[in-house]
Amino acid sequence: MTDTEVGPVRAGAAHDGRPDGMVQLLDQHGVRHTHPDHEVDLEPEELLGLYRDMVLMRRFDSEAEALQRKGELGLWAGSRGQEAAQVGAGRALRRQDHVFPSYRDHGALLTRGVDPLHILSIFRGTDHGGWDPVAAGVHPYTLVIAAQMLPAVGYGMGVQRDGAVGTGDPERDTAVIACFGDGATSQGEAAEALNWAAVFNAPVVFFCQNNQWAISEPVSRQSPVPLHRRAEGAGMPGVLVDGNDVLAVLAVVRSALERARNGGGPTFVEAFTFRMGAHTTSDDPTRYRLAAEVDAWREKDPLDRFRTYLTAEGVLDEDFEAQLAHESEALAERLRAGVPALPEPDPVSMFDHAYAEPHPQVQAERDEFLAAWEQHDRDVHAGGVL
Amino acid sequence: MEQMAIGKAINAGLRAAMERDPRVLLVGEDIGALGGVFRVTDGLQKDFGEDRVVDTPLAEAGIVGTAIGMALRGHRPVCEIQFNGFVYPAFNQITTQLAKLRARSRGRLSLPVVIRIPSGGGIGSVEHHSESPEVLFAHTAGLRVVAPSTPHDAYWMIQQSIASADPVLFLEPERRYWQKGDVDTDLGPGQVTPLHRARVVRPGTDATLVAYGPTAKLALDAAAVAAEDGTDLEVVDLRSLSPLDVDTVAESVRRTGRLVTVSEAPTFHGPMAEVAARIQESCFYSLEAPVKRVGGFHLPYPAARVEEHYLPTVDRVLDAVEQSLAA
Ligand SMILES: Cc1ncc(C[n+]2csc(CCOP(=O)(O)OP(=O)(O)O)c2C)c(N)n1
Repeated sequence: MTDTEVGPVRAGAAHDGRPDGMVQLLDQHGVRHTHPDHEVDLEPEELLGLYRDMVLMRRFDSEAEALQRKGELGLWAGSRGQEAAQVGAGRALRRQDHVFPSYRDHGALLTRGVDPLHILSIFRGTDHGGWDPVAAGVHPYTLVIAAQMLPAVGYGMGVQRDGAVGTGDPERDTAVIACFGDGATSQGEAAEALNWAAVFNAPVVFFCQNNQWAISEPVSRQSPVPLHRRAEGAGMPGVLVDGNDVLAVLAVVRSALERARNGGGPTFVEAFTFRMGAHTTSDDPTRYRLAAEVDAWREKDPLDRFRTYLTAEGVLDEDFEAQLAHESEALAERLRAGVPALPEPDPVSMFDHAYAEPHPQVQAERDEFLAAWEQHDRDVHAGGVL
Repeated sequence: MEQMAIGKAINAGLRAAMERDPRVLLVGEDIGALGGVFRVTDGLQKDFGEDRVVDTPLAEAGIVGTAIGMALRGHRPVCEIQFNGFVYPAFNQITTQLAKLRARSRGRLSLPVVIRIPSGGGIGSVEHHSESPEVLFAHTAGLRVVAPSTPHDAYWMIQQSIASADPVLFLEPERRYWQKGDVDTDLGPGQVTPLHRARVVRPGTDATLVAYGPTAKLALDAAAVAAEDGTDLEVVDLRSLSPLDVDTVAESVRRTGRLVTVSEAPTFHGPMAEVAARIQESCFYSLEAPVKRVGGFHLPYPAARVEEHYLPTVDRVLDAVEQSLAA
């Protein structure tokens, strides 16, 4: 990464609706471009791997939405439109890196090997997220906007103290990625996180998915300047990347992570993208968003352009597509069968993990709860009326 | 008399306050075009404009902090916090500034700010959408904390809160937004119950149930079930947690001799600990049994599929009543 991104970037849009200064390697027609600072050179299998991730992520999303409609999930926060951003960022990570996600970063989690059923357990309400954060290298989802950003910086400072930055050993050097939305940049804690990371040169990549809307509020209600320019004030490079271009996201995030691992400090990456669906399944975007805006973004679909490119390059053929369709359907089937079968939590288990050390009050409440519960259960089984 | 749901009644109350006083303005996330995630502000931006119904940046400290500043200029901001678990980013502004500026300025500064917070759970949602943080604010001197439980109270209490010269935390019973009831919109001065007053909402003789916000209906439901078995429960709706109308509860307990409190908030160091302590002080010789408290556990609010076991239920209330009657 060079420092060329630091410095004013003019607000406004270029002739093709693309903000000035946005890194793009694959335009919306699937045409490959080059960039002086950000490049990737991938083998065909790697390209197909990215494509596969994105297709599976989209299938995961549509199946989750369908499951919500069928009443199997209480809520769903969809990620359609953000496949390139999340897969590009996820595939830029190394095994030892750590992700601090928001609640919509399903694609990044899938690239980390997190079981999709673990993600859905949150939205079904059986669990707060079933994965092992240490083993997966993925922090639990964060519902409180921007609250994950300071812990991400602290984690990076821990990495520094462990001597896992700038050793030159690619298996050891570690970086952290904090994922958040455009709305999150308005929180005071977001400003604190950027400042701390810059002051302590923490190995953190701030990955902002600017999907243009924070529920009903457009990004112009969060910031009058392009979001990546927040970086300037904090004292770190800010890069604007086409969030619907998986190659550009991969290139930009990869080099930002590399810089962090090498001791170069934090970077702010703004992935310019769009949330195609509702904020969540409880939301009604027609109250605040014009269909024309959604249609315009449909033209920039991250999957379509990548498919066009890969096909034109002769990397993607019908065999692979057929195999992938098969795999997608298998994933959907696994979700359809797996979600209703997610184990119902044992009510007593809610008492199990609030404290590590014995806590007499909680113990007493647990005993009281068990006694009442067993009592009622017995009554029910005896046919008694409570 | 009109039939309204609680959410609609708050909307109507906000509208009445805004019509009456041009200094009243609403600030919050998604309260404009969307009308709020619970649609409580539905239609108000259309009718009052973007300067009086302000979609703010996504920043709770910002919402409350700037509301303080606007109040200092004589405006009367009504803040919306989108969900209970998202009030914490504003905690500093509420507790160190909003609550304290009047006392610190020896009454020279006035902070007529209302903070509306959906509170409690029972809607099957994800983390941080179901919490009951009221005790944190009731424990903070300088704030008033009120909790309507009926459409009628919601309609009037929001207007009283806005008219108050003090900062008011206005807790809306999230799972009751759609609960309908009569609202008498034609009351004159003196006909509306004062903001800080508790109310006996069901007379009874055998024991007193005291509740507020989302558990007021639960207490009434429990009393209805108990009545089938011949137990006559009195129900008191606190309506305000700070100040606390202990007198109304004490009068009731002197008649019934027994008290069971019901809240969604955890009992441990919870709001009803204060009620229990004060009743023990003032009604020691009238009490036939120890005060029993039913509430949430001392746990982070659990995943949705467990919440029915976490929240007080009619059964748990009746168990406590039974224990009280047996003592
Ligand atoms: C502190 C806080 N305030 C409010 C909310 C309610 N809320 C949930 S998502 C959201 C919008 C977030 O927008 P953005 O940061 O752009 O992320 P996106 O959902 O678009 O991915 C809001 C206001 C919250 N979760 N946390």
